Amino acid sequence: MIAVIYLLAFSGGFVIMSLELLGGRILAPYFGSGIYVWGSIITIFMLSLSIGYLLGGRLSVHNPSSSRFAAIFAVAALLLLPLTVYAPALMEFVFLRVEDPRYGSLVTSIVLFGLPTVILGMISPYSVRLLVDNVAESGRVAGALYFVSTLGSAIGTLMTSFYFVLWFEVNTIITLLISCLVLLALLAFTADRFLEK
Amino acid sequence: MSLRLCFLLSLFWAAQINAAPDRYGVLHEERSLYTRILVHQNKNLLCLKFTLVRSDSNQSCKDLAQPKRMVFTYAQMSMAALLFNPSPKSILIVGLGGGTLPMALRELAPAAVIDTVEIDPAVVRVATDYFGYRTDDQNRVFTEDARVFGKRAKIRGQRYDLIVLDAFNGDYIPEHLMTVEYLREMRDLLTADGTLVANTFSSSNLYHHESNSYRQVFGDFINYRRKDTGNRVILIPQAQRSSEMRTTYTREQLLARAETLEAGLRPFDVSIIRIAKEVALADGARPDWNLRKRPLSDQYSPANLLRKL
Repeated sequence: MIAVIYLLAFSGGFVIMSLELLGGRILAPYFGSGIYVWGSIITIFMLSLSIGYLLGGRLSVHNPSSSRFAAIFAVAALLLLPLTVYAPALMEFVFLRVEDPRYGSLVTSIVLFGLPTVILGMISPYSVRLLVDNVAESGRVAGALYFVSTLGSAIGTLMTSFYFVLWFEVNTIITLLISCLVLLALLAFTADRFLEK
Repeated sequence: MSLRLCFLLSLFWAAQINAAPDRYGVLHEERSLYTRILVHQNKNLLCLKFTLVRSDSNQSCKDLAQPKRMVFTYAQMSMAALLFNPSPKSILIVGLGGGTLPMALRELAPAAVIDTVEIDPAVVRVATDYFGYRTDDQNRVFTEDARVFGKRAKIRGQRYDLIVLDAFNGDYIPEHLMTVEYLREMRDLLTADGTLVANTFSSSNLYHHESNSYRQVFGDFINYRRKDTGNRVILIPQAQRSSEMRTTYTREQLLARAETLEAGLRPFDVSIIRIAKEVALADGARPDWNLRKRPLSDQYSPANLLRKL
């Protein structure tokens, strides 16, 4: 089970950074590729992750279980779905109402990436809770978990920017990320059932 | 009197020191939000570069002995647009560089309103300070992203008789300015008989992808290449119309047009007669690229990765 949780934390990190990189691609047709577009995306990802860490930590206090952990992945997958369908319509809507591309890209980032990233941010603190058995070990476990999830982020960044954009369309990559989250949710869920037996 | 003279001389001397290039020929260097900008002087050639490392990184050059001379072959080649629209009333140029094209077109089409879009304020500053670029009521510069400008211009109902796509960063054309969606946005900004000209490179794998992107949006186009340059100029007269509906020009018609333009273009060292002959040859030529390579889109645009494959 421990290996499964680490795998899930790794994948969470991978998905977050892959998504962040694709954000630049998604926003460029409407708001350009200026530094402010990256500023908007990074701000919203950081803000959402910070809220996610807070909420994930709180959620982990009450009856922590792999099933709940699985639910985090399932909800993140669900919240990412509109990105493949409604992103152009939403960007058009914002573009027509917000003249300044700085604020246009900021508003769009909030709507497109805010909620899914909050949910993805809950993965790390929840993983810590599932892995920690005693206080003495908590620091070591947290360190190992940060290591694994940040490694996932690094590899997600590299794979997306070097290869995925060369092999696939943006929407195909997002669909793959969503499928990956669904599979991970199933894995966490079945692992839980298996352990209960 | 002599004191005042000394003071003036010392001021002049100080100004000369400031304007003199260093031992590498660099007159000015700055790191902007988007790139590293260098103004480089070699004898009479003043050039704008976006990096020092690559040999082909010159964005724009000015011959100080002959300031109007168009130093780059591609700039001369893009004047082919005037064969189809000899007196455009409105011109859009995407990418300022040293301001060669807007300054030349300002003289060649004095009645035209020229809008230039340049994302980098530092490039506008350098073009003004070192290359003599000047704006006025008819010659305007918009410091913003070309995608944003294009979409807003369409909403405002703006239309152009001539659009010149010439946006480059230190590497190549920015990836979101090569997609079929962007080209459609530019096509929608043209007047009914408007011409689109694009400066691109023909030296990498990207050539095939880029050519097919233009083909998807515009159908057939004039693929104007020369042996002495790696640049390729895409020429699309009456770009709003489907390729079958466009007026075709014979070699004689193009040459007759060229003769009327020749005197005006001579100070710019542009041999429009030669260009007309070459364009007549290129018009209707079969595609020389791989038609199966995928067009670039907002969904799939790894342009600068494809360039290195």
